[in-house]
Amino acid sequence: MSMKFFAFILLAMIPGLTSAAGPASSGLSDTLEERVKPCIICHRDADRIDRDAYFPRIAGKPAGYLFNQLRNFRDGRRYYQPMAILLENMSDDYMREIAEYFAAQPYAYLEPVAPALTPDEIKSVETLMYSGDPERDLPACGACHGKTLMGVQPAIPGLLGLPHAYLAAQFGGWRNGGIMRGQIPDCMSEIAKKLTQEEVNALVQWLPGLPVSGQSAAADALTPELAQRCRTILSGKEVTR
Amino acid sequence: MRNSNTTRLAGIGRIIVCVIGGLLSLAHMASAQTPADSDTDQVRRGEYLARAGNCMGCHTTRGGEPYAGGRKLNTPFGQFVTPNITPDKETGIGGWSDEDFWQALHYGKSKDGRNLYPAFPYTEYTKITRPDADAIFAYLRSLPPVAQTNPPHKISPPYDNQTLLYLWRKWYFNEGVYQPDKSKSDEWNRGNYLVQGLGHCNACHTPRNVWGASQDDKLTGGKIMGSYWYAPSLISPREAGVSEWPVEDIVELLSTGINGHAVTSGSMATIVRQSLQYLSDDDIRSIAVYLQSLGEKKDNAKAPRKARKMPEQVRQYLALGQEVYEKHCQDCHGQSGEGVPKIYPPLAGNRSVTMSSPLNTIRSVLYGGYPPATAGNPRPYGMPPYQHFIRDTEIAQVVSYIRNAWGNLGSLVSPEDVDNSRGSEF
Ligand code: HEC
Ligand code: HEC
Ligand code: HEC
Ligand code: HEC
Ligand code: HEC
Repeated sequence: MSMKFFAFILLAMIPGLTSAAGPASSGLSDTLEERVKPCIICHRDADRIDRDAYFPRIAGKPAGYLFNQLRNFRDGRRYYQPMAILLENMSDDYMREIAEYFAAQPYAYLEPVAPALTPDEIKSVETLMYSGDPERDLPACGACHGKTLMGVQPAIPGLLGLPHAYLAAQFGGWRNGGIMRGQIPDCMSEIAKKLTQEEVNALVQWLPGLPVSGQSAAADALTPELAQRCRTILSGKEVTR
Repeated sequence: MRNSNTTRLAGIGRIIVCVIGGLLSLAHMASAQTPADSDTDQVRRGEYLARAGNCMGCHTTRGGEPYAGGRKLNTPFGQFVTPNITPDKETGIGGWSDEDFWQALHYGKSKDGRNLYPAFPYTEYTKITRPDADAIFAYLRSLPPVAQTNPPHKISPPYDNQTLLYLWRKWYFNEGVYQPDKSKSDEWNRGNYLVQGLGHCNACHTPRNVWGASQDDKLTGGKIMGSYWYAPSLISPREAGVSEWPVEDIVELLSTGINGHAVTSGSMATIVRQSLQYLSDDDIRSIAVYLQSLGEKKDNAKAPRKARKMPEQVRQYLALGQEVYEKHCQDCHGQSGEGVPKIYPPLAGNRSVTMSSPLNTIRSVLYGGYPPATAGNPRPYGMPPYQHFIRDTEIAQVVSYIRNAWGNLGSLVSPEDVDNSRGSEF
């Protein structure tokens, strides 16, 4: 057997070098960026965030959180028709890859908007955020979302840089158990239901007033008791597909 | 994906099932002649056949326990809710015998003798052989029982009437196991069996009459009962007849969801993900061979349908569509609608685009979609949904344009057509 032939066989064994048809030969990039084009039509890149846009930013949120949301949309635990249709025939592996892609994307934060709140209202929101209310069994938001409210890896999202309209919609979903979130009992719907409407109105104004800074905290920032409270979310409930 | 607790539970479940299974097989000793280790072969075969019949697809809700039912099927006759077919004694089919199961699959009768509605495709499953049915039953019995009571059907009068169902069955339902055609190859017969029987392709790919019956066993295409998609004819070369395709192309489309010139979408993409991608190479090939033989040859379609001279008004309408195309679609589907092989489907010469019903094309533009993620195409590229981004008038223009550009020839589409194509099971 000649050396040349041997070398040819070796080369042929390297995949990619020999696969003729495919993204490489078509000049199209074999990237996730190309694959998630359908998402970008709504989840636009950072520059085009519209403050009152209904479409939430997904870039830079913790990967585990994003993955859970994708599964929830696909499996009917969170409702939004256009996403349910897009995700219907995706595998967990692929969605995890997509979640990781978006988690690693840089994004431009929204500029903070000063809330129109009275000093009393501000004080009560700050109490909720940083101390909680033991009487109602409400942990501080920061106990789960991180001291700086920037989230905790891998599955708790940050609370800063989210538009008012989006925050209000999420709390509406959790509290009413309507078509969006909150059909499935979990820690956020339990917490949201304990808040008064006034508190919700105040905190969805207050949060967009904070400038975004820093990183989400490491996983060990969350105490086991709190993690237990959200176990269906944080354990990634059994998938049956 | 399973966390350790559920794995452990599943393990315990399996042990319990084994113990119960052991007791059962002791009890069956007298009648059962098969030795114990062929039982597990039978279960494995049953699992495969259940995939081929996509029992799980209907008998599982989104994100729910497999085979525990509860999926809602909306049809013009009302809403059917699939029953729990796990071996739970109270809420499933734990109390069923082989014979009860055969009654259901082959005759469309429940354990209590009630006639079942053809939303359960027993009209196709009746072709399944007894050993295959027994294997499916053995597999279902090997599953962990799930206690889950599902809501009742909500069937609109007069269809909720058992007497009418009885008459319907007399008229339309032909019970009978598949009889091989001795003049044809084994491969062809296997394909025929899978397509007409287990694969229940007819459940979607035939026009349905008012009672939801397939009009005949020819796969001539129809708007799917209770679905929002049009399932094209698998015979006509103008729709999805594949007589002119090499067998390899058919195999590739059905097992991976995409090939160089076509892509599966909507409910067909779901069938590929849930069922067809798991079939053995031999079985998919048999299906392809059978489908290829079924297709009409292109004779009359070959005579080119002459493009009539376009009135100026039409030309202007299409020019508007072209603008929309260049702005939103060209990046992926190409300047001449050529697409990118196995990534972005071509629109030029694509029968899904030109076939007489524009429904699927409109739906693709409204809702977008990803082809199914399969072992052969695990990370598909996708199409954005335009329902919130382009007005109906523009969607009508662009769909009319792609149906008539690059040598395509199809009817024009109006904004009303677009509006009538809306709706989804979500
Ligand atoms: C038609 C517009 C649209 C498209 C296309 C779309 N999304 Fe969404 N997405 C939304 C909206 C609106 C929401 C918020 C829904 C809600 O409030 O429950 C959302 C929510 C999300 C969330 C949860 C965000 C959070 O902070 O909780 C994730 C993750 C997400 N989308 C990912 C994706 C991915 C990945 C794709 C592409 C496969 C995609 N989306 C395509 C509109 C869209
Ligand atoms: C016990 C832990 C816990 C506490 C306390 C908690 N959260 Fe959460 N929060 C979560 C988890 C977990 C999620 C992710 C939910 C999911 O995956 O659906 C979440 C999600 C959210 C989101 C959605 C963010 C997005 O990007 O969509 C908002 C907003 C939110 N929480 C606000 C709050 C506020 C305000 C408080 C205090 C009143 C609070 N949370 C207290 C655990 C907690
Ligand atoms: C297209 C959806 C669909 C598919 C696919 C399907 N089923 Fe069903 N099945 C139904 C519906 C709907 C019913 C209820 C019919 C009724 O109540 O009249 C049903 C009823 C049944 C019943 C009777 C249960 C009872 O309690 O009477 C059995 C057994 C069953 N299916 C088994 C199967 C098996 C095995 C397969 C795969 C070979 C399968 N089904 C595939 C929709 C489906
Ligand atoms: C649940 C309904 C349903 C069932 C069951 C079903 N199909 Fe389809 N099929 C569709 C729809 C809807 C389309 C049109 C969408 C598309 O082009 O993918 C389609 C399209 C097709 C196409 C053409 C794809 C293309 O783009 O050229 C083929 C070939 C096909 N089906 C074969 C089959 C075979 C073989 C079976 C049985 C094993 C089957 N189908 C079962 C709904 C169904
Ligand atoms: C980001 C790339 C992308 C863009 C932009 C895009 N498409 Fe698509 N298109 C796809 C992919 C991928 C599919 C296959 C989707 C599926 O299987 O559900 C597809 C499918 C289709 C189909 C169905 C073809 C078939 O064989 O069933 C039509 C029709 C279509 N696109 C038309 C359009 C039109 C019109 C536009 C512009 C308004 C457009 N597309 C924009 C990627 C794209």
